[in-house]
Amino acid sequence: MAISPAYARPQSTEAAFTCGACKGTFPRAQAAGNLYVCPGCDAHSRISAHERVRQLADRGSFEEWDGELAGRDRLGFVDTKPYVDRLQEARERQGLPDAILSGSASIEGRPVGLASFDFGFLGGSLSTAVGERLARAIERSADERRPFVCVTSSGGARMQEGVFSLMQMAKSVAALHRLAETHVPFISILADPTMGGSIASFAALGDVILAEPKAMIGFTGARVITQATYEQLPAGFQTSEFHHARGLIDQVVDRRQLRTVLGRLLAVLGAQTSEDARRLA
Amino acid sequence: MSPADPGGGRGDEAASAAAWAHVEVSRHPDRPYSLDLVQRCLDDFIELHGDRQGGDDAAVVIGLARLSGQPLAVVANQKGRTLEERGKRNFGMAHPEGYRKAQRLFTLAGRLQLPVVSFIDTPGAYPGVAAEERGQAWAIAQTLEAQLALPTPYLAVVIGEGGSGGALATLLADAVLVLEHAFLSVASPEAAAAILFRDAGRKQQAAAALRLEAANLLEWGIADEIVPEPPGGAHTDWDGTGRLLRPRLEARLKELTERGFDPARRRERYRRLDGLFSA
Ligand SMILES: [Zn+2]
Repeated sequence: MAISPAYARPQSTEAAFTCGACKGTFPRAQAAGNLYVCPGCDAHSRISAHERVRQLADRGSFEEWDGELAGRDRLGFVDTKPYVDRLQEARERQGLPDAILSGSASIEGRPVGLASFDFGFLGGSLSTAVGERLARAIERSADERRPFVCVTSSGGARMQEGVFSLMQMAKSVAALHRLAETHVPFISILADPTMGGSIASFAALGDVILAEPKAMIGFTGARVITQATYEQLPAGFQTSEFHHARGLIDQVVDRRQLRTVLGRLLAVLGAQTSEDARRLA
Repeated sequence: MSPADPGGGRGDEAASAAAWAHVEVSRHPDRPYSLDLVQRCLDDFIELHGDRQGGDDAAVVIGLARLSGQPLAVVANQKGRTLEERGKRNFGMAHPEGYRKAQRLFTLAGRLQLPVVSFIDTPGAYPGVAAEERGQAWAIAQTLEAQLALPTPYLAVVIGEGGSGGALATLLADAVLVLEHAFLSVASPEAAAAILFRDAGRKQQAAAALRLEAANLLEWGIADEIVPEPPGGAHTDWDGTGRLLRPRLEARLKELTERGFDPARRRERYRRLDGLFSA
């Protein structure tokens, strides 16, 4: 299977960017320059894994890990369409073997292990391949003493992989144990949306948890809660700010500040710079 | 198979009917619940209460017991049978306090070097506003972590419904037993149907597509053993179910305690579980 190298995928080829929140239209270059935060209303639009890495990693520093790691259709699953067809379409559209990109990079000069979910790939859902690539990135970061930074944008489980998808929650948490054993920090960044099995496993276990403004975060989606319980949903339910106010998220960080905040965090956590590493070598 | 003929790769109505029958037996109103089986399989059960952080969720029961003289820590999802008890137990769906109560039990077991036995029977974590406000996802994630750090032998039994992350919170054991008509699933068949077909009514099809019968769990290495139920199912004979389950718990517990036990091996099990990728 041919997989485009990192950085090869543009966010979109369309000339204009339309904000999903205010419906304002802006030249793509302007939106891209603003990191796909709406120039009109500051809504943080969903971005691809490649775009996320481009925004966070120091230019030219990203080296992909496990770029060929792809899963398969274990259950022979068919809903309204065969799962194998869904997978193939997503691979071609997103330029990734599955819904995550991972590799080594530096952020503000400090080496990290970096993983980013790709919501455009079947909702960033947790397949066996996603779980495996995430677990390997966690373990390699621990082994190389690189702080691990993961940006999650995921609807949760991938139904088409049934109980195998469920077990990725366990797999990711088992891998995180390696970071704990080696005292390597895990910075978990929650982007819109981080739901279900993703927030109920690795994403909630960051030593530091950051979230983008107004990201939807929660175990059960609002629609399901309303259908199941007929409860009235409070204002701002399940947003980043909602969870921050309840002590579940450390900071809500504007995307345009994210690199800077990460750089400061990594510095305080004692992560070496590439320069330090060269000096010590 | 054409998109007009979904049915989960097995693609026929018989598969849907069989999968659905399995779900219905696992949810039978007369099926023995956790405390019914604790009473029949363990000795001297003493219930403990509370998460020590301000809550005591009755959807999760914790306690101490013995089996063949061996002291144990016990954690179980608990459904209610009467209307009143169903409300109190919230149909076996825990809030964050329930998962924190389980964490407390894992901590206690580690401190006192007690093996843990868990009984799983839950449609899933409670899908409500208050649960989300108090960190449902965080509570489940921390419980997964607690299980994989537990320094004592750990045995899990799925006795009825094993729904999504709520079930996983007490499943990550060294040995997993599943009753013949129990199931484990990424989502309830109704929820899966709502997501896949945008129609919760196609739950039978979803059940078949998810292949959620117990026997598959053994084939896939997620379960170690399927424990047979009395003819007709556990709901026809609680004592008979207990008589079939108890010796299996005894044997597995003996095996785990004698084998020389290491939580790193448990983490390795869940790290490599899907067997699709070489290390
Ligand atoms: Zn806007």
